[in-house]
Amino acid sequence: MIPAAFEYYRPKDMTGVLSLLGEHGDNARVIAGGHSLIPMMKLRMADVPHLIDLQGVGGLDDIELSANSIRIGAMVTQHDIIDHNGLASAAPILREAALQIADPQVRYMGTVGGNVANGDPGNDMPGLMQCLDATFTVVGLDGERDIPARQFYEAAYMTAREDEEVLTSITMLIPAGGYAYEKQKRKIGDYATAAAAVLLTKEGNTCKSASIAMTNLSDIPVYSEEAGAALVGSSLDDTAIKAAVTAVLGDIDPSEDNRGPVAFKKHLAGVILRRAIERAWSRA
Amino acid sequence: MKDEVESREDRVAGLKGMGCSRKRVEDARFTQGKGNYVDDLKLDGMLFGDFVRSPYAHARIVNIDTEAALKVPGVLAVLTAKDLEPLGLHWMPTLAGDKQMVLADGKVLFQGQEVAYVVVQDRYAAADGIEAVEVDYEELPVLVNPFEALKSDVVLREDLLAEDGSIPDGAHGPRKHHNHIFTWEAGDKDPTLEVIDNADVVAEETMYYHRTHPCPLETCGCVASMDKVNGKLTLWGTFQAPHAIRTVVSLISGIEEHNIRVISPDIGGGFGNKVGAYPGYVCSVVASIVTGKPVKWIEDRMDNLMTTAFARDYHMTGRIAATKEGKITGVHCSVTADHGGFDACADPTKFPAGFMNICTGSYDIPTAYLEVDGVYTNKAPGGVSYRCSFRVTEAVYFIERMIEVLAIKLNMDAAELRRINFIKKEQFPYQAALGWEYDSGDYHTAWDKALKAVDYDGLRAEQAQRVEDFKAGKTRKLMGIGLTFFTEIVGAGPVKNCDILGLGMFDSCEIRIHPTGSAIARLGTISQGQGHATTFAQILASEIGLPADSITIEEGDTDTAPYGLGTYGSRSTPVAGAATAMAGRKIRAKAQMIAAYLLEVHDDDVEFDVDRFAVKGAPEKFKTMNEIAFAAYNQAIPGIEPGLEAVSYYDPPNMTYPFGAYVCVMDIDVDTGVPVIRRFYALDDCGTRINPMIIEGQVHGGLTEALAVALGQEIAYDDMGNVKTGTLMDFFLPTAWEVPNYETDHTVTPSPHHPIGAKGVGESPHVGGVPCFSNAVQDAFRPFGNTHTNMPHDHWRIWKTANELGLHG
Ligand SMILES: Cc1cc2nc3c(=O)[nH]c(=O)nc-3n(C[C@H](O)[C@H](O)[C@H](O)COP(=O)(O)OP(=O)(O)OC[C@H]3O[C@@H](n4cnc5c(N)ncnc54)[C@H](O)[C@@H]3O)c2cc1C
Repeated sequence: MIPAAFEYYRPKDMTGVLSLLGEHGDNARVIAGGHSLIPMMKLRMADVPHLIDLQGVGGLDDIELSANSIRIGAMVTQHDIIDHNGLASAAPILREAALQIADPQVRYMGTVGGNVANGDPGNDMPGLMQCLDATFTVVGLDGERDIPARQFYEAAYMTAREDEEVLTSITMLIPAGGYAYEKQKRKIGDYATAAAAVLLTKEGNTCKSASIAMTNLSDIPVYSEEAGAALVGSSLDDTAIKAAVTAVLGDIDPSEDNRGPVAFKKHLAGVILRRAIERAWSRA
Repeated sequence: MKDEVESREDRVAGLKGMGCSRKRVEDARFTQGKGNYVDDLKLDGMLFGDFVRSPYAHARIVNIDTEAALKVPGVLAVLTAKDLEPLGLHWMPTLAGDKQMVLADGKVLFQGQEVAYVVVQDRYAAADGIEAVEVDYEELPVLVNPFEALKSDVVLREDLLAEDGSIPDGAHGPRKHHNHIFTWEAGDKDPTLEVIDNADVVAEETMYYHRTHPCPLETCGCVASMDKVNGKLTLWGTFQAPHAIRTVVSLISGIEEHNIRVISPDIGGGFGNKVGAYPGYVCSVVASIVTGKPVKWIEDRMDNLMTTAFARDYHMTGRIAATKEGKITGVHCSVTADHGGFDACADPTKFPAGFMNICTGSYDIPTAYLEVDGVYTNKAPGGVSYRCSFRVTEAVYFIERMIEVLAIKLNMDAAELRRINFIKKEQFPYQAALGWEYDSGDYHTAWDKALKAVDYDGLRAEQAQRVEDFKAGKTRKLMGIGLTFFTEIVGAGPVKNCDILGLGMFDSCEIRIHPTGSAIARLGTISQGQGHATTFAQILASEIGLPADSITIEEGDTDTAPYGLGTYGSRSTPVAGAATAMAGRKIRAKAQMIAAYLLEVHDDDVEFDVDRFAVKGAPEKFKTMNEIAFAAYNQAIPGIEPGLEAVSYYDPPNMTYPFGAYVCVMDIDVDTGVPVIRRFYALDDCGTRINPMIIEGQVHGGLTEALAVALGQEIAYDDMGNVKTGTLMDFFLPTAWEVPNYETDHTVTPSPHHPIGAKGVGESPHVGGVPCFSNAVQDAFRPFGNTHTNMPHDHWRIWKTANELGLHG
């Protein structure tokens, strides 16, 4: 479990990072918390001759709250998310989800930026960010651009970010209404067998808006517009929930692994989604 | 003098002897990171070794090209079977009477098999060097299923065929097929079949006890250091049996045994994984002899899970016969045992299926028959006793499942069925149908205590209500009540029938009392976390009257410790613990003569009293053990040699038979397959209790490993023989999060033949825990028609059971 040899850089600013990325192209990668990248390097599944550490770059680890929006720096750790009371009251789904990621040791190191940039279908933050309709800001030698989370993921480990770009922050509107992040895993420190992120708003007994995304049930996170739409206008009766579940089942494409066969995962996806919806509704 | 005011009770307490929850003396160093494990060892000029491993489960090796690897900076040598052959070390004997390739000799038989050994300056160079070795493989058909292996034309072990292609006998008799290893039988076949044919009721079940792995936190490893000046080889390693390793190394290397020193330093868990000899040890020794430098080899986690000593992999079919009233009349157990590519089981020589013939359990079953067929497949070798005595988890799982299956067939309560079949207290010593003589037991008392503690009837009523609620759509959670009553067979064992590689399974203790009244005792065993330094000192404290705190226990250095067979199979307390008591009694006998001399009375006129010898009838006239120790070194006593030392080699007259009653209450989410353990009650009877706190710790640990095995831990292979669970992401190792609260309890039925009545406890909770967790899962589904589903009961398999029973609507 020893990685192949690599050069290690620790630039002090983003210009330094970008010029190294420009110089080495896809022979270089940035490292944030290292808790996805280092295991892959040790297993020699990732070969990274030039490793650029983001820890020395300032300005990437702030959490900013305004009246109606949130901005999270890419280097904010999963622990920081859990620890930030302002954030937890503005968008409690972030804390609820972060608490279900890995274990405390991993969360002290693992960053939000690394979690969403990684592109591993097992990561929890991508689905969460799609549910929140967040926007990822990336910077390259040509400047900054914004990419909606819902358009970021292309295939496993393939995202809309170019190799020479670095993710700097994630922004989102403060969500209203009820929320739930429901995840089933085999043990602490495990990736999801199935997970669902749900945000709902309610007026009287009617669902006004709904956003639903699923984790680890396809090679990318699955935001299901249709599932959300199935709930809107309903009173979240059984028919509406069933329709949402059916919509999600149409959008996911799980594969068999040690967590179980496809039939189980599909069934579980429905169960987990239903529970998430019910919990979110009870909080709306 | 202080002694005069001290009460007898205070004197007893001051010894911290047997029965005291003395804090573990080991923990000061372990909790401060000051343990000394093999990987902590750093020697001048030390090199490293590591393996090129096969990516294929079955392949012919066409060519190994080491040229590029030798150019990698830091790589000094690459050993292959060709290099070992002239030394006769390309194969090595296994503990099971088979032989195993040290490095692939023409072919590989399992994924991860050792193909070449790279000797390097540091570990980084090892990783690069391994990648640079080019091996050409020609893939061969893969056999991962033992039933198919027994039918297949594919020969896994050409080396075991005779010249004319016929199949000679193996170490355990005739072989039926080229992939067959042995057939082992116990009991009486025809009478058993007759009982079954004529029984009122027969329950039959087929079950697979999956392959898993002991997975100690510390993996296997060693450092070999050949001193070419004095010709002495020192081998440090994670050895559960250091003396046996010394003898094996001597036999296979030709180095005289006095020139070999084997040292087991602190060991981070063994659980059977560290009993056998591995290619890493042999290659490291060779590399050190060749280079003249110390060579270290340490497995990484994947190496450990994929290659060294798995556990179980037993396909078991049972038939159990009973009267209409539920009195069991006979049992038939038939096993197909998957041993992997080489037969490297760690069992006493005469027991190729270990003590599987304890599979009549705690029940008075008059007739029984057991047959076990060992089979070669393209999986890693092993078959060790993972936190149990030899194959005892398999045996107990078998009978505790069969009891449940029979209860279903009889439509009877499983607790009651057990009760009416228990061996009765007055039947001990009990001669079991499959050969063992159970030394002692009081099963009814333990069972009643357990059922009362958990309010068994109340639980059953609650469960019945739950089933109704479930059927009425009021809940989606089922409730399972897991029951287990187990009897173990530990403390191997009597030299007349137990040996490993011809070495009798006695054990030993040597004691030296120092002049100022402290002592050191050395044993042939080796702690891997069991707390020997704590408990053995307690045994001695009670035997010789010196405080446990003044007694050092030392194990694991073959140059200083007396010969012993090591620690596994819960044998340390039953065997070495007995040796300790017996050596202590020799000390006491001599101390008595010294005391009598000092007190100027006849030997028979003094008696031992806690920490002293006193004149009978005149307790104010006494000599403390401290005074006696000093006298042993400073007085010329007529007829008595100076000094105060003793050694005992203990050959146990019988095994010991710890038992216990466990109950698990579980809630199962039918829709997600998630089980939640609401309650776990464990009553253990390990005979005399030396240190209750250590017992409790052992029970917690064993139950946790039982939970792991029952609920998810497995070494799974795909059809190509690839290991699917080679990392801790997929191989289930529970953490504090997954572990429930355990309630522990006990009864005490001392072993009648053991000097202090102790029976061993480290493995009981694992042996009893696995069927208890499993039975809880199975019991939850019993009202819906389930009789048996195989472990591990992970989420998807529980879900599958529910699904197949139609519980998902
Ligand atoms: C035992 C264990 C259990 C885990 N369980 C979970 C879990 O349940 N759920 C879950 O979501 N995650 C889990 N993880 C992963 C963990 O959350 C990681 O920390 C996270 O996925 C990556 O964040 P990081 O900061 O460690 O990124 P790194 O490992 O440093 O980087 C990951 C990838 O993202 C890229 N990257 C990082 N930062 C940036 C950036 N700013 N711009 C562009 N690219 C970037 C890197 O180049 C790399 O390719 C687990 C990890 C471990 C070790």
